Amino acid sequence: MNVLNFVDAFFSDSAHWHGYDGIPRRLLEHVQYSLLALGLAAAIGLPVGLLTGHTGRGGNVLAFLATAARALPSFGLLVLIAIALGFNLLPVMIPLVVLAVPPILVTTYEAVRSVDPAPVDAARGMGMRESRVLFQVELPVALPLILSGLRSAAIQIVSTATIAAYVSLGGLGRYIVDGLYQRDYEKVVGGATLVAVLALTTLALFWAAGRFAVSPGVRRR
Amino acid sequence: MSGYFDIPSDLQNTWAGLIGLHLREALLPVLAGLVLALPLAQLCVRFRWLYPPVLGVTTVLYAVPSLAFFVVLIDYTGQTELTVMIPLAVYSLVVLVPAIVDGVRSVPQETLAAATAMGFGPVRRYLQVQLPIAVPALVAGLRVATVSSISLVSVGALIGNQGALGNLLAAAQKYDRPELAVNSVVTTAVLAIACDAALVGLRLLLTPWMPRGTATRRPAVVK
Repeated sequence: MNVLNFVDAFFSDSAHWHGYDGIPRRLLEHVQYSLLALGLAAAIGLPVGLLTGHTGRGGNVLAFLATAARALPSFGLLVLIAIALGFNLLPVMIPLVVLAVPPILVTTYEAVRSVDPAPVDAARGMGMRESRVLFQVELPVALPLILSGLRSAAIQIVSTATIAAYVSLGGLGRYIVDGLYQRDYEKVVGGATLVAVLALTTLALFWAAGRFAVSPGVRRR
Repeated sequence: MSGYFDIPSDLQNTWAGLIGLHLREALLPVLAGLVLALPLAQLCVRFRWLYPPVLGVTTVLYAVPSLAFFVVLIDYTGQTELTVMIPLAVYSLVVLVPAIVDGVRSVPQETLAAATAMGFGPVRRYLQVQLPIAVPALVAGLRVATVSSISLVSVGALIGNQGALGNLLAAAQKYDRPELAVNSVVTTAVLAIACDAALVGLRLLLTPWMPRGTATRRPAVVK
């Protein structure tokens, strides 16, 4: 296996482990971009999704907005905004947030909307205020689906954050883009492996978060 | 205005040619994904124990970044269209399998029993009853797969000019002509929306039995 040899060579070269272009620094940059983008996307997607899901209104508008946002090519958007606004963090954040908002928004809306109406009505009958109905009844029941939306958003962010390197920022994409230009295949494959491992780690983290946060009564179904 | 459509000669293609190339690189993988997903989904419906492991494997495959996927494939398929199309086919497969399985499973037992009672064999029952009823879920999956495929083709520009319209982005930077990047983004977005609309139209054609206009609403609750 050719690729495995490259992976082995990349990770066993100690020069790749420290300094400005070292793995820890690039990994940290990548995680920073990803967390910032996920935080921004969640700050937009979660409240809007919870509110529209709770009232059950605006589904068509949301579906339309999500389709429009999905249609925008992340890579194209990145290059375009980088040309327009210069090479800083903003051109990376805009495409990543545009990429991540639709899955969060649409899944949250669908999750809250499709909660069994019987317990929701029971909660209202017990005199709960609307905010308590949302946060103490609908949210816990909808949590597994909401987490799945956040998970797919996070994975897409982690894999797409590689393109930040194309507009001269850091992150793990640095290895892939530089390696392709330098025809240093070892570096390219090493970078690709790191991104894939980070994406799989994200998957595992969300699985663990689901085990921890979802109430056992909801999980059993 | 002419600057927007004045494609640099090193791309060796016209604007219309790039659109054709982009559609081919994006849609063939979706088609391949669909052809693979249909039998796989049917297996998952028939043998229930198969579905969780298949779902696990596809989720992991979906987590592999497109750029990483492209790069690893270069070793086997070179810097060609195929290198871009294989990952896109895998992503389509990953989106389509759960969509089809959920759609086919949502067919009510009574309907299946009625079809069997009318003398439908398993193959005819699948083709004429289960598949048509699963069309809304199937098309929903196809829409996500198609739109993301069209968007992802552009990333192919990073592995040696295999990005069709995405190549305009590289050209925009190389020749300092931002209008080419605008052209690329707008054309790609319009292509995605047009394909999405075509799929919605296809669904309306295939499901004349579905209620039109306002889709399923949650039953009104007493406030």
